[in-house]
Amino acid sequence: MAIGGLTTNALLYLDNVSVTFDGFRALNALSLSIDAQEMRAIIGPNGAGKTTMMDVITGKTRPNQGVAVFEASHDLTKLDEASIAELGIGRKFQTPTVFEMHTVEDNILLALKTDRRPFPTLFSKRTKAEKERIDALLERVRLTGSRDRKAGELSHGQKQWLEIGMLLAQEPKLLLVDEPAAGMTDQETADTADLLREIAKTASVVVVEHDMVFVRDLGVKVTCLHEGSVLAEGSLDAVSTNERVVEVYLGR
Amino acid sequence: MSRYRFLDGAGMIFLAVVLAMAALIPASNLLLPPDSWLHVPDHMVPLLGKYLAFAMLALALDLVWGYCGILSLGHGAFFALGGYAMGMYLMRQIGPRGVYGNPVLPDFMVFLNWTELPWFWLGFDHFWFALLMVVLVPGALAFCFGWLAFRSRVTGVYLSIITQALTFALMLAFFRNDMGFGGNNGLTDFKDILGFPVQAQGTRAALFALTAFALAGSYLLSRWVVTSKLGKVVVAIRDAESRSRFIGYRVEHYKLVVFTLSAMLAGIAGALYVPQVGIINPSEFAPANSIEAVIWVAVGGRGTLVGAALGAFLVNAGKTWFTGVLPSMWLFALGGLFVLTTLLLPKGVVGLITDLFGIRRKSELPAPTAPAAPAKAAPAE
Amino acid sequence: MRLIGLRGATLGLLIAIATLLGGPASPASADPVDDALARFAADKYDETDKAIEGLVAASAQNGQAIFEAMSAGRLLYDPESKTVLIKDAGGALVLAKTGDPAPQALAAKPLKTVRLNNRVRRSLEAASGAFALQAPDPQKRIGAARAIFKTREPTALPAIEAALAKEKDASAKQALEAAKAAIILARQDAPEADRIAAADIVAAVGDQDALAALRTLPANTPPAVKQAAEAGVASIERWLGVANVVQDVTYGVSLGSVLLLAAIGLAITFGVMGVINMAHGEMVMIGAYATFLTQGFIRDYVPALSGASLILAIPVAFLVAGAVGVLIERTVIRFLYGRPLETLLATWGVSLILQQAVRSVFGPTNREVQTPEWLQGSVSFLGVSLTWNRIAIVLFAMAVFFALMLLLKRTSLGLRVRAVTQNRRMAASMGIRTPWVDAMTFGLGSGVAGIAGVALSQIDNVSPNLGQSYIIDSFLVVVFGGVGNLWGTLVGALSIGVANKLLEPFAGAVLGKIILLVAIILFIQKKPRGLFALKGRAVEA
Repeated sequence: MAIGGLTTNALLYLDNVSVTFDGFRALNALSLSIDAQEMRAIIGPNGAGKTTMMDVITGKTRPNQGVAVFEASHDLTKLDEASIAELGIGRKFQTPTVFEMHTVEDNILLALKTDRRPFPTLFSKRTKAEKERIDALLERVRLTGSRDRKAGELSHGQKQWLEIGMLLAQEPKLLLVDEPAAGMTDQETADTADLLREIAKTASVVVVEHDMVFVRDLGVKVTCLHEGSVLAEGSLDAVSTNERVVEVYLGR
Repeated sequence: MSRYRFLDGAGMIFLAVVLAMAALIPASNLLLPPDSWLHVPDHMVPLLGKYLAFAMLALALDLVWGYCGILSLGHGAFFALGGYAMGMYLMRQIGPRGVYGNPVLPDFMVFLNWTELPWFWLGFDHFWFALLMVVLVPGALAFCFGWLAFRSRVTGVYLSIITQALTFALMLAFFRNDMGFGGNNGLTDFKDILGFPVQAQGTRAALFALTAFALAGSYLLSRWVVTSKLGKVVVAIRDAESRSRFIGYRVEHYKLVVFTLSAMLAGIAGALYVPQVGIINPSEFAPANSIEAVIWVAVGGRGTLVGAALGAFLVNAGKTWFTGVLPSMWLFALGGLFVLTTLLLPKGVVGLITDLFGIRRKSELPAPTAPAAPAKAAPAE
Repeated sequence: MRLIGLRGATLGLLIAIATLLGGPASPASADPVDDALARFAADKYDETDKAIEGLVAASAQNGQAIFEAMSAGRLLYDPESKTVLIKDAGGALVLAKTGDPAPQALAAKPLKTVRLNNRVRRSLEAASGAFALQAPDPQKRIGAARAIFKTREPTALPAIEAALAKEKDASAKQALEAAKAAIILARQDAPEADRIAAADIVAAVGDQDALAALRTLPANTPPAVKQAAEAGVASIERWLGVANVVQDVTYGVSLGSVLLLAAIGLAITFGVMGVINMAHGEMVMIGAYATFLTQGFIRDYVPALSGASLILAIPVAFLVAGAVGVLIERTVIRFLYGRPLETLLATWGVSLILQQAVRSVFGPTNREVQTPEWLQGSVSFLGVSLTWNRIAIVLFAMAVFFALMLLLKRTSLGLRVRAVTQNRRMAASMGIRTPWVDAMTFGLGSGVAGIAGVALSQIDNVSPNLGQSYIIDSFLVVVFGGVGNLWGTLVGALSIGVANKLLEPFAGAVLGKIILLVAIILFIQKKPRGLFALKGRAVEA
């Protein structure tokens, strides 16, 4: 694997990352590199370590060993979730997680990139620029009409989009998106793929997905994980014909 | 331009009632002849004052539980610490009028053969210093405790249990004579506050009015906090803690701010409580007291502020009535209240009223319902 | 400090004992017991003294009873007929010589009590001791030798030596040797080498009494003897230091077992259902009251089983507390699953109701649960003394713990419980009736709490507040040990128990407890999910 030059260019660089839970190796010497404005799909069977990898990148889980560097200068293994979020890494959960008791508009407001410290937040007043930004984001995730509804009242698909809208409000440099198409209709899935491609014009996106149709729709480089490390990497066609991948998926 | 109005209808009514009480009850007690049917009897004034102090404690508790999702079973500790700070001032005001006539040492220290005032009693002869301590001591304790607990992400029932352990440990400590806070008997036999005799009806009426103003003030402060953006973040943390983290909010700092503020309010409530009931002793730290305060909030309706204060008033009025008429039934009633409120009235009295009359205003703050995901650990062996 | 006169007075007595023990008793012309008894009636201290001496010399058949009655002020005499009588504990009069009931005629007479002064009391003690030195039961002989070891009464030496000559029992012999050594150590006229050897023997006893014997040597003791004594003191102190720690640890284990009993049921319900049951302490209390009722029932209706009433109370307590637990689960808790904080509040309410209900029925005062004979008394081992009921609780707690482990590992209920603990939804979809498992688990946890109540009734007051005193500690054990792992509960309970007892000598009981609470609060910051926490995705799910 080419490691040397990548450290400087890559937006996100993982090398030799291992995570162990009670003897179970969730990640096993995983190495991964994402460039700026790159969109990458991560596939892999259950238990391959996809979610754990996201946990490591976002600071939820500390690796037992290995390097995780963002923008070649920030050591992600030393930072907490909030600091990592402020660096510009956004994360969308597998099940849509929004603030159900708040209105759609407030959900976006809370996610807007601003001073996150408690006292500035206590005294903050919404500015005109913020309002415009909220309007634009709501438009983009097609929730303008629902802005005053409580997020808890939205449909599943709408919640997924609201969550993506919240990620965009953070103005991240890297988005980690966990199964965005899960539980969506075909039309919603296609729209989501469009949205992600659009986002990838300005930010890097890592999509974890089981739905091969969706992955194909995205048309990007694919990384296949298995038992905590990279099994294959390349175009979807290359990966899906890789002997070892076939073996893992079909259990031969 | 916040879409949540700073004061909603319930808030207006609440403030109006509290301020009316502040004016009318002392007036009726002091000015009307005792045989008038509008006269508030002398003993009622400190009793109602006590309820108002409890209402303030409930308000403080609602701030952490209703809005931040932290079920503190140790808020009585902050209340009691504020009470002790005020009690220490009142002890120092006794001067040479104690049983032993020692001009400096309170009676219990003379009794223990102490020769000088311990360092932590210094300064408490000044009212301003005592007031400062009323706020700072509970605040500092809450800050240290919260800093440790929230930083290591102790949540849910674990947090509840250790808050209970905290107040339990303080109770044991204050029961010790050599702690220097009067041990078992606590602090009592107060004479003056700011030169006014504590027992005098005029002083009591003034203390009552002061408590009512303090309650109104803390309501306004709490309301300001929960309607601010910080309030929204706090509710967001309550409902989806990890989402808030991944958006970039440092959850522990927010919890710490609210917890500390709440402890300070509880301390002030305790300080207002002590001169009106005339005693503070270690049993105020008893875990049972703190849990009882939680049920005030639950009965009134958590996450509503007004409901918390209302609940404190209702439950304590009920307690006074029961212990007068059917003392043996009080614990049954209180126990039943815990069970029935959690089972049948999850939104409390305020929630019930809102539901009954179909009041649904946009200005309403999001009230908590049952958390969607069980916050329990899923352990395995 | 003793008076020389006193020693002189007892000397004759002890020589008499020596002859009694050593040589064959000379056949008396008149009955020496009658002679001796008659002296009591003289109402003079000197004569009383001689009477005691006479009784010992004659090895009077009823002697021990006479001495006991005398020291209790129940030895009477009729001044007219000089008959000596004993008023027994029940108030009935018996003849001192034989122990037969006294004739009615005597009872009607104005009887006088045999009076005592300090000198007579001392003779009495020595006489009782001498009687005990020749008692048939070796345990009694050992006790008598120990008593002499404690007093180091020099005049007892002849009696000891006489007894030693006859002694066959090894441990009794050892005790007598030690008593002899203690006396010789303090004797000015004994050879120096003997005294040094005696110091070693005394030091080998190794308890507080030995320490006292080695420390209180007369001022003019030769330096070599003093040195030997000092060496003995040093070795005993070293040993006692170890023994103290051993004692604290043993007490800690005992306390830990109590905590384990109280907490283990909580661990099950919390682990399986994520439910904090604030009424758990009341289940313990109900178990204790069930014990009280069972004992009363057996005493009144089947007195033959009285000795076993505590054993019989175990299933009763389990069933009663378990039934109450199932009732609570069915009526309250099942409506609150997934809302742990509400459950906490509701069960607190239940606990208030249960407390008040018990208070209304049984009253607020303590009820006494008797300790059966086989649990009374204590054992002393290497200077550590433990009461039997404490030992029984340790064993009982371990038995309950391993029985539960077995139940969870080997039975089908256990399998289901573990399945629900690990993944409720999956278990449900595999056809396990989770509500049934919940109810059974809650019943089981409550039943175990009831069993804890049986044990606690032996060491604590049975009152409506019994549960409250254990609930916070039980929570801390569970939280400290980690949820969902019974081993964690075991380790948590024992470490909290031992830490508590080790802290007590330095900090005092209350401060020790505070330190422990603060330590646990700090510990939870470090390991928020306890000692044996599970890691991984399951925890966050």
